[in-house]
Amino acid sequence: MAELGPVLEVLLGGLMSGVLYSLVALGFVLIFKASGVFNFAQGAMVLFAALSLVRLSEWLPFPVAIALTIAIMIALAWAVERLVLRPLVGQHGLILFMATIGVTFFLDGFGQTIWGSNVYQLDLGISASPWFLLENLFPGGILVSPVDVFAAAVAGSLVLALSIFFHSTKIGRALRAVADDHQAAQSVGIPLNQIWLIVWSTAGVVALVAGMAWGSKLGVQFSLSFVALKALPVLILGGLTSIPGAILGGLIVGAGEKLAEFYIGPAIGGGIEYWFAYVLALAVLLVRPQGLFGEKIIERV
Amino acid sequence: MIYRETGQFRTSYAEDQAIFRLREDRIGIAAILAIAWVGVPLLADEYLLRAILIPFLILSLAAIGLNLLLGYCGQISLGTGAFMAVGAYSAYNLALRLPELPLLLDFFLAGLIAAGVGIVFGLPSFRIKGLYLAVATLALQFFADWAFLRVRWFTNYTPSGSVTAPVLDFFGWVVDTEREKYWLCLAFVCAIALLAKNLVRSRLGRSWMAIRDMDIAAEIIGIRPMHAKLSAFAVSSFVAGLAGVLWAFVHLGSWEPLAFSIDMSFRLLFMVIIGGMGSILGSFLGAAFITILPIFLNQAPAMIGIRLSTAMVSHLEFMIFGTLIVLFLIWEPHGLARLWQIGKEKMRLWPFPY
Repeated sequence: MAELGPVLEVLLGGLMSGVLYSLVALGFVLIFKASGVFNFAQGAMVLFAALSLVRLSEWLPFPVAIALTIAIMIALAWAVERLVLRPLVGQHGLILFMATIGVTFFLDGFGQTIWGSNVYQLDLGISASPWFLLENLFPGGILVSPVDVFAAAVAGSLVLALSIFFHSTKIGRALRAVADDHQAAQSVGIPLNQIWLIVWSTAGVVALVAGMAWGSKLGVQFSLSFVALKALPVLILGGLTSIPGAILGGLIVGAGEKLAEFYIGPAIGGGIEYWFAYVLALAVLLVRPQGLFGEKIIERV
Repeated sequence: MIYRETGQFRTSYAEDQAIFRLREDRIGIAAILAIAWVGVPLLADEYLLRAILIPFLILSLAAIGLNLLLGYCGQISLGTGAFMAVGAYSAYNLALRLPELPLLLDFFLAGLIAAGVGIVFGLPSFRIKGLYLAVATLALQFFADWAFLRVRWFTNYTPSGSVTAPVLDFFGWVVDTEREKYWLCLAFVCAIALLAKNLVRSRLGRSWMAIRDMDIAAEIIGIRPMHAKLSAFAVSSFVAGLAGVLWAFVHLGSWEPLAFSIDMSFRLLFMVIIGGMGSILGSFLGAAFITILPIFLNQAPAMIGIRLSTAMVSHLEFMIFGTLIVLFLIWEPHGLARLWQIGKEKMRLWPFPY
């Protein structure tokens, strides 16, 4: 089994990048669960948060920069809630979706206008030299990047924290109630606007974490915005309403696309990663329209 | 006073079913057609034709395609650029590999191939809807981007991956000046717009609208959702494919897969939203708006003495597009076309207040 070493390495690398997709997908799920909005702007928020953090940390000490970025993301959440969502309350999901495409374009332009559009390095103080695992089992061992491990750890704890938040706090219960039925939630006295503000702020913070992880891997630049497009199939795969689904979907997509590239990539010209996730998601959708873990869609006239 | 129906009696079913039932409308449309066919080619210079009018016409065509799907049938597509790419590359390969076919037939077949691809990627719409469908169409977009870049057969193994359109020869009429290209595009646009306008008034168009408004209710009153959705996908991608052929052959001349990337799909989506969902006129207004705005943004600051860098202008463009999308969705979900309609209503009553 001399072949196993590289395969394991590819698999592990795939799982790690899958975790990063999950981080972005998590932000989508949060907002969709709580407000029924499919937030296309999540990727733009990732870019915006990362850009803010990088540029602020040029002047300020790192913890202050993080605190300030979180404040910015909350302000952004407030603005989106106030200026975009509130006037569109009760509209069809597609309209809200298209509105978030508008927000995406605005944020992409706005972020680059105020923060500049160069490629910035984000240094989290983690050594970039890779680790080698299991050197005694395979020749050369398995190469793992510490940044990926860090991201995986962060993602794991974030999911844990969010699950606890959703299931055992009062706000979390209110969030789930709103997700179920806006009107019913409002009629039992849940303040809709406040809930949305909380959710969008949380999604903003998740975007910041995702931005830090991706930024330290790829550098903070415009292409971070496209990471969101990679997270969409993850989301579809896992189901729009499931947090564990987002994580598992990310892992499946990450590992799947790397393995596909490894095995069948050379045969058909490479670059499979570009579409593999989408085609996988499409295949899953045809069998299970609600995704792997989504709630069954029931429709009434 | 100028624009009203008083005194115009419709005495036969044919008159009642005409596209333009008002004399004023008929005069107006005749005037617009006359200007478009005769006036513009006489007056416009090469630059205006090449940089603004031809792209505007082709993009209007693509926007009509997307509007049939999104505005009339309610199925969102983020893959219009991919349908255009399928059309463009099909026509290229047909012209290359079957040179005995006339070019016009190539165009038509390319549209049909795009329609076929549209049907295949529309199949999921039977099981999934709304946002999920948006992702399915994104899948097509990414797959098409990849296929035309990596599968070298499509680009005839050219080393750079960019391909060049053949000479535009329609039964001996060689289209090479900008003016002739304009006429060519205009001919296609007029034909398709007429077709689309009639289609949405027909039984098929009405079944699309029923599906859009509420698919389950439509099914219950006897509309076959599969048939309606797939036909919308087919017609829409036929039109988009044709627009893709024109964009590649007439406007670009030589092109690479990037010409039909996701940016194109988003631009078309914006045209439909800003112009007006569910309106053929809106497709034209949206296309005009999105074509002219970047040019305006490039020129306007210089005119009032402010120098902006190119990067700044493109960022500003992003911001303005984003803001406009949100504003239109909030204030006027039916877009510029609805504003035009409101204007017409006002004209009927003018100068009286009621």
